[in-house]
Amino acid sequence: MQIFLPIADLSVNLFLLLGIGGVVGFLSGLFGVGGGFLITPLLFFIGIPPAIAVATGANQVVASSVSGVLAQVKRKAVDFPMGFVLLAGGLVGSALGVWVFARLTAAGQVDLFVQLSYVLFLGLIGLTMFWESVVALRRVNRPGAPIRRSHTHNWIHGLPFKMKFRASGLYISVLPPLAVGALVGFLAAIMGVGGGFIMVPAMIYLLGMPTKVVIGTSLFQIIFVTAFTTVMHAVTANTVDMMLAVLLILGGVIGAQFGAQVSGRLKAEQLRILLSLLVLGVAVKIAADLLLRPSELYTITPGLLP
Amino acid sequence: MIRAALIWLLTALPALAASEDIVAGLSQNRVSITADFDGSEILIYGAVKRTAPAPEGALHVIITVEGPSRALTVRKKERTAGIWINREAVQIASAPSFYAISTTGHLRDILTETENLRHQITIPRAIRAVGISQQAQNAPEFLEALIRVREAEDRYRLRERSVHFTEATLFRADVVLPANLTEGLYRVRIFLTRDGQVVDRIERQINVRKEGLERFLFNMSRDQPLIYGLLSLLIAVGAGYGASAAFRFIKR
Repeated sequence: MQIFLPIADLSVNLFLLLGIGGVVGFLSGLFGVGGGFLITPLLFFIGIPPAIAVATGANQVVASSVSGVLAQVKRKAVDFPMGFVLLAGGLVGSALGVWVFARLTAAGQVDLFVQLSYVLFLGLIGLTMFWESVVALRRVNRPGAPIRRSHTHNWIHGLPFKMKFRASGLYISVLPPLAVGALVGFLAAIMGVGGGFIMVPAMIYLLGMPTKVVIGTSLFQIIFVTAFTTVMHAVTANTVDMMLAVLLILGGVIGAQFGAQVSGRLKAEQLRILLSLLVLGVAVKIAADLLLRPSELYTITPGLLP
Repeated sequence: MIRAALIWLLTALPALAASEDIVAGLSQNRVSITADFDGSEILIYGAVKRTAPAPEGALHVIITVEGPSRALTVRKKERTAGIWINREAVQIASAPSFYAISTTGHLRDILTETENLRHQITIPRAIRAVGISQQAQNAPEFLEALIRVREAEDRYRLRERSVHFTEATLFRADVVLPANLTEGLYRVRIFLTRDGQVVDRIERQINVRKEGLERFLFNMSRDQPLIYGLLSLLIAVGAGYGASAAFRFIKR
């Protein structure tokens, strides 16, 4: 069954869209990532124009994050104070990112920059997470080996403006979470994603938050960043396709619930190793697109060069 | 007597040639894009009206259907430092979003280059690309690429000998409009040619419009973008909350 998308101006299979929404929603509930880094490339792949894919993807991420975060709130796995601190940094970073994005668009190389950021950040984070998880899994399988503490004391704990984050069991300065939020907000604006795949490892490895609260807190923060992005895109570029969004959301919210159920059953290390493989897979795919000779060298874009 | 006949012939021949007119109609002059729109088929039919017997030479019909035009940028990827990135770009002043040609014969046999220039019938003629040679080294290649990409998308097509002509009088053609239609006025042109010369031409229009929900959403996204954006958010939050609540209910 085909359905016509009013903003994207094309007709797509209804079940394909529901399926994409469902799969991405499942992964988002499972790993606590918004799924933007998956949904945007998938929409490109089925022929949705990039600007519409980015904006509508953000709208879908809002829905799956809301659905996911409610499941996490019930398990008391959201650190609200931490979420607000991250969000404050995130909005600053996002505003900066929007400005850089506009400058790059004017220079005509925004596609390349977005692809390179995907490869660099997804690759780097995927590899780090994969390595850490393998090491952690080995330690679990070899009892008696020295156990690393969940948060070791380092230079981060010497910074001023300390604050208590009860749910995370942390007493640290607000500066590192603000900086992490800003970095993620900046990348989110440029790459058109919620930024969960950067946020989750940053919370674990930089802030030393327990994995249990990381997913919920990350989802909580992503809701606001993507909501902001959606409205911005709708107002400045008219690129949010509500028909497309509703179908993706319908599949997504259901998938996210199943994902959250499964996530409660898996071990943190297993979860991390799976997420790292997924992130690496996407990075390799985008890198291949850049490195291999495309079948069509020419691309057509509407409008004239600025 | 012979001289009189000759004079009659000389004066009457152009009149005879001009007395072949096209009478034509379309199966529909508006196409509504609704939520379940999946392309549409237009039947173009017509007849040749004559006030005198048909002159020598085979009669041919060329039908073009042309979607709204807009400016485009065509970019070419090149390998730089190991990766494929966009380098040269050529700006096309105006290219139709859809262009279909249906004919009764091979275009090179039934249309002269002069007539093609005058009426802008073939696909390369329908694209207005002025001054592109200064923009890139191999500017014509960009134009070829544009046509190749759009042909692959089924936006541009040349269907020679797809018009059925009965007894040099009645003709019909079926033109399939694809699902990825651009909204706007579509121009249908019907040319009658003899010996490569256009004898008569007529023009009709098809109004392609979004209707119902499609129209409503499209208008709102343009007229009230803030409300549209907030509504999109509301749907997202509502759906997320609804799914969460529904699952709690199911688990109980």
